[in-house]
Amino acid sequence: MEKSQELLNSVQMARFVARGALRLDAVVPAELNAEGLRVLADDVPPVPYGTPLSTAYPEGTFVRRLLELPQVAGALRSLVGPEPSVDHHFVHTREPHGGNAQALHGDAIIDVRPDAFDVQLMYYPQAVTLEMGGTLSVPGSHLRRTNESDTGRYQNLRGQDRLVCPAGTVVFLHHGIWHGGRRNDSDRLRYMFKIRFNPTVRQQRLWDTSDLHDPQVNAELDTMFPWYEGATGRLERYNRILLWRALTGDDGYDLDHWVTRVSNRPKERAV
Amino acid sequence: MTTDSARQQVLVLYLSDSALDSYVVGWAQYDGTGRTTPTTGDSDEPPYDTGLAALRDGWRLFQAAQLIPPYPGHEYDVSFLKHEFFFERIVDTQALPA
Repeated sequence: MEKSQELLNSVQMARFVARGALRLDAVVPAELNAEGLRVLADDVPPVPYGTPLSTAYPEGTFVRRLLELPQVAGALRSLVGPEPSVDHHFVHTREPHGGNAQALHGDAIIDVRPDAFDVQLMYYPQAVTLEMGGTLSVPGSHLRRTNESDTGRYQNLRGQDRLVCPAGTVVFLHHGIWHGGRRNDSDRLRYMFKIRFNPTVRQQRLWDTSDLHDPQVNAELDTMFPWYEGATGRLERYNRILLWRALTGDDGYDLDHWVTRVSNRPKERAV
Repeated sequence: MTTDSARQQVLVLYLSDSALDSYVVGWAQYDGTGRTTPTTGDSDEPPYDTGLAALRDGWRLFQAAQLIPPYPGHEYDVSFLKHEFFFERIVDTQALPA
């Protein structure tokens, strides 16, 4: 898997830390999408939990070539590093005019690791319209400490993302993001292929850090989402700062003094 | 309206702070009449801008989230939405159009 890769830059990483999601529109070429639809219709054989990526999908297979696309490979490496493990994969389908919307949930179980995260790749081989019930996700929900579908009561949140995308779109999600498949009100069967990756190295400065001090990094980390309560939105930024410190190794990083202020406990006696 | 024909509609609003007249950040609806089937991700626009606007439109508040201090050691954690308000409206199904 050491072929051409387009690493993320620091602004993109900061955006991921703030949003819990990274979207790459139409990065998969049309012929690969056509093949992907056929492959997904037949399902993809499972791989054992924890299989190293380099052995999970044989050379030349559809999934292998999907993951070798330079933008996909580069994003994956930037987020979880070289040779992650494949946790599992699954072909999701939403029947036309069938089924219900999934309750808003986080995958697996509550996962509060402060300095590591899994990513879930979601691949959409066909264009997804609003009517087709693309994945619902909630930007900036990934640091919330909630367990699986305990959030099911929340039907809609301001600023939620109801995915509408061109064919060949790939989205990477932080493991904690609140999401769910929406009801498919169209006449078309909708496919989504998901792979969860576990890092096998420390997730620190794995991306192209040449723009680490770009002012846009702070702007991304400072993003408030419309569904945040005002007070809790401040805590979101506090927690993002801690995650950015872990990812950059810069224990002094701060944004508007949020962490520094409440950590200040001087020990020097006054003279 | 008779007991047999009365049905409850429930509106849940999540507000930006603990005041009922603060801004709506999230919402959910459940319809005991069965005439509508609100569900996850079905709208990007809230039914009301504030909790007070729902009152003015006839919804009756029947539950509000308590204000609970953070557990020691978890003051900076983020989790569920804090400011949850439940409203109801009782509908006479016999009076609804067929």
